[in-house]
Amino acid sequence: MTSRTIQKAMLGFYIALFFAYLFGPLVVMGATAFNTPAYPTFHPFEGFTLKWFANLANDRDIVYGLKNSVWIGILVVAVSVPVGLAGAILLTQVYSRAQSFYYLIVVSPVLTPGVIIGISTVVFWRHLTDITGLKFIYDGTVLTVLAQSSFISAYTMLIFLARLARFDRTLEEAALDLGASRTQVFFHVLIPFMMPAIGSAIVIAFLSSFENYNTTTFAILADKTLTTVLAGRIRVGTTPALSALAVAIVAVTVVGAVLFELFKRREQDIAARRAAAAARSEAAETAAVPAHA
Amino acid sequence: MTAAVQLDRVTVRFGDFTAVDGAKLDIAPGEFFSFLGPSGCGKTTLLRTISGFIEPSAGRVLIDGRDMRGIGPNVRPTALIFQNLALFPNMSVADNIAYGMRVRGVPRRKRAETVERLLDLIALPGQARKRIDELSGGQKQRVAIARALAVEPQVLLLDEPLSALDLKLRQHMRNELRAIQRRVGITFVYITHDQGEALAMSDRIAVMNRGVIEQVSDGRTLYNSPETAFVASFVGESNILAGKVASVDGAVASVDTPIGPLRGRNVRGLRPGSQALLFLRPELLVPSADGIAARVTDAAFEGTGTLLTLAAADGRPLTVLVSGAAARDIPPKGAEIRLAYKAEEALVLPPDAAGDA
Amino acid sequence: MHSSVGQVVIFALPAVVVAAFAILAIRDRRRAGPAAGPGFVATNGWPVAIFLIVAVGLWTVFMIVLPMLSMIDLSFRPRLPPPQWGSARDIYTLENYRYFLFGSTTSTASWNTTHLKAFGLTIWVSILITILDFVVCYPIAFYMAQVARPARLRLFMLMLIAPYWVNEILRAFAFRLLFASQGVINRALMGAGITDQPIDFIAADVALYSGLAYAYLLMMMFALYNAIETLDRNQIEAARDLGAPWWHIHLFIVLPHAKPGIASGATLVFMLTAGALAAPLVLGGPRTLWFTPIVYDRFYQAFNWQQGAAYALILLVACVVFVLLVLKIFKLRLGEIAK
Repeated sequence: MTSRTIQKAMLGFYIALFFAYLFGPLVVMGATAFNTPAYPTFHPFEGFTLKWFANLANDRDIVYGLKNSVWIGILVVAVSVPVGLAGAILLTQVYSRAQSFYYLIVVSPVLTPGVIIGISTVVFWRHLTDITGLKFIYDGTVLTVLAQSSFISAYTMLIFLARLARFDRTLEEAALDLGASRTQVFFHVLIPFMMPAIGSAIVIAFLSSFENYNTTTFAILADKTLTTVLAGRIRVGTTPALSALAVAIVAVTVVGAVLFELFKRREQDIAARRAAAAARSEAAETAAVPAHA
Repeated sequence: MTAAVQLDRVTVRFGDFTAVDGAKLDIAPGEFFSFLGPSGCGKTTLLRTISGFIEPSAGRVLIDGRDMRGIGPNVRPTALIFQNLALFPNMSVADNIAYGMRVRGVPRRKRAETVERLLDLIALPGQARKRIDELSGGQKQRVAIARALAVEPQVLLLDEPLSALDLKLRQHMRNELRAIQRRVGITFVYITHDQGEALAMSDRIAVMNRGVIEQVSDGRTLYNSPETAFVASFVGESNILAGKVASVDGAVASVDTPIGPLRGRNVRGLRPGSQALLFLRPELLVPSADGIAARVTDAAFEGTGTLLTLAAADGRPLTVLVSGAAARDIPPKGAEIRLAYKAEEALVLPPDAAGDA
Repeated sequence: MHSSVGQVVIFALPAVVVAAFAILAIRDRRRAGPAAGPGFVATNGWPVAIFLIVAVGLWTVFMIVLPMLSMIDLSFRPRLPPPQWGSARDIYTLENYRYFLFGSTTSTASWNTTHLKAFGLTIWVSILITILDFVVCYPIAFYMAQVARPARLRLFMLMLIAPYWVNEILRAFAFRLLFASQGVINRALMGAGITDQPIDFIAADVALYSGLAYAYLLMMMFALYNAIETLDRNQIEAARDLGAPWWHIHLFIVLPHAKPGIASGATLVFMLTAGALAAPLVLGGPRTLWFTPIVYDRFYQAFNWQQGAAYALILLVACVVFVLLVLKIFKLRLGEIAK
């Protein structure tokens, strides 16, 4: 055997080990959800059952938490997508020192631990509502949306920045030159160009909100989301019903993430097909032009 | 007659840098007018000033007699075709062409009719539903022209739109552009660094250098009677010889050059003793019994003629284009020959202040 | 100093920050001259300009700057019953920080060993986990970015994205199932006769540390992959042709190129690990030392928000110091890692 094949075999082994490590715990957790014993275990596998899933649907806390999580996720999308877009556009319009200063502020939530974002949000709004008397703001759902949006907006901003970097400014000038107002340019040219990034940002924002725990556990106050219900239950003890819930959540997020990935692939394929069509008409055109024009 | 575009001492400064310096000219309605110059000469800045993206630091732009100060690009009666075309990738061909009408509130029916008509004009019938990224370079070009024409501009501004095409297609599109301009009859203002393009299409050409318009005239005049050393060297090929004016005899001056005294038309009335450049077009020099002594170093057959490269007495290269009857008798490499020309066809011009040419 | 002064400062500071930003932006524009083009409102039109200002203003001021400032403010206040807030006794004090160091707000006699040890351990273990994650991820990231064929790469990406989106509590839960006294590993060990008593992995913190190392692994993976992917494959080929040994290629070509990716991966993993709350809550034993649960308890067990704010700030400072150190060591700017 050459050293090259040994290297290859070692690499293959390592990759296999890595994915075993990555999926092993999740597979074990999944298996326990379908096993009959009341203590979550997958060996011995005593019998296949779906009763743990049925238990979930009857668990009022979990159903409530799920509804709340979805609701918060939708609100976070509604806040962080426009805010991230505005943040990204503004960044492209300021220069040098102002840009660095601004960037430092808007990127700081990404580099701040989630617990601290949760704590500071609660501290600030409790203080502000004390002063102003606007008690309705000091509410678990509102605070969670505010706290999560502060860093999820930074995520969406980074997504938008990546797309904006490829934006051709002359498109705006072209629209303007054809008679469009600045506002029309924004809606007819910039927004359609940003559409794929907006789609990504919506998915990422919702998933980030849905699975967040560190920030939520502080900001939600006495209220509950699915993750806080889950954390509370797991601390008390483990039951196969929790495994079932885990499987359900993993299934939903993973199917969502994978579908999203496949959708992006499809977009790329369409673009590739169009490019091929363009190449064909290019060839046809060059052939059609008379030699001495 | 009111000028379609009038530049009244237009100056554009960016900080300390003067991009356009006192541009002054009139463009007649229905004219195909080109700005020609090397990159960085200020022609793009001037075009963007006419279209309204840049406000002049001094001077005025008038379109159809109306001062354009404070009037944004979206309300000027101009349409610009961008160097990269800037077609909207998210819209179909028809939506691109109809865009200007859409933002002007033209009813849908009318829009569709105009799009049909324009697709016929640019010879792309039936392609209305195609997406921009499915088109070839030439097709994109045509769509960009149609999109600009759809807003019925008084002046169409074109920023080197052919530069992205390959050579063969570029020459084809030149003819087509000219044909479209004749058919629609509106004023075209075209900028390019390619003298072939400018000479082939334009009624008149303004040559620009370092933000200054050096000369405005039709192509023939530009080639045969350049008024500055820059124009003479930028438009067409020349053998350039530097020296001092020795004597002036009516319209002809004699210049002391490193390869001896040579005569040429004293275009700018230089006095004896002043610095001068003598321009000799390769096609003006004819092998003869008498004249400039040179040795043939290379001969390249170019179909319509043969381009000879020669070394003059001091070794400097000279080029001569031999065509017609003389082409039948090409001197061999190494031959010592003499070159003659008509004094009134050579040009004597003062060197540029900045020292180029 | 009385804390009402702080009130004014807190609300005045964002105004100062916004004003400073506006002045900077305007001065930058001035320097650029007319080349900067039309002004902000002219560029965007009124409706969009208002949207930009309002959205970014609310975000930066009310969601980023003000909360952080009030947390800092609160951390310097004494614990008082609500009626006394803002009274003469509500003055700025260091007693919350003193408690972190000495376990008492009045005495400096003995160190607050529990909290200090928890803090030190959290930082130390987070650093080790960051390094471990880098070592584990590097070969895979390199394989995906430089070796794998497109079809294989697509498959790997899908396989990585799936676990990436699994909730961190569930990851911790999965590890609990593995490491519990009746869990998979103990049963396997006893079944194989290696041990007859279940090993208490949870009390030994084995469960916690492996759970933490697992939780943010993919952050490192994607950061590394994105950085290595931009390296031109020809550079590696060229080095190989010149006879460079494999370790030399990695050390002097791939790693220097991947520097920003390593830095951003390290920053993220460290920050997430040190700030992790779910894993220590689920995988920690009764005697486990980790800093975030202590912060959590300041708020929701001891109801001492002032002290909790001080503790949160200490954690934040640790994270900022780590980021600065990483930037310094790798000689990078912030903009290069936050992508």
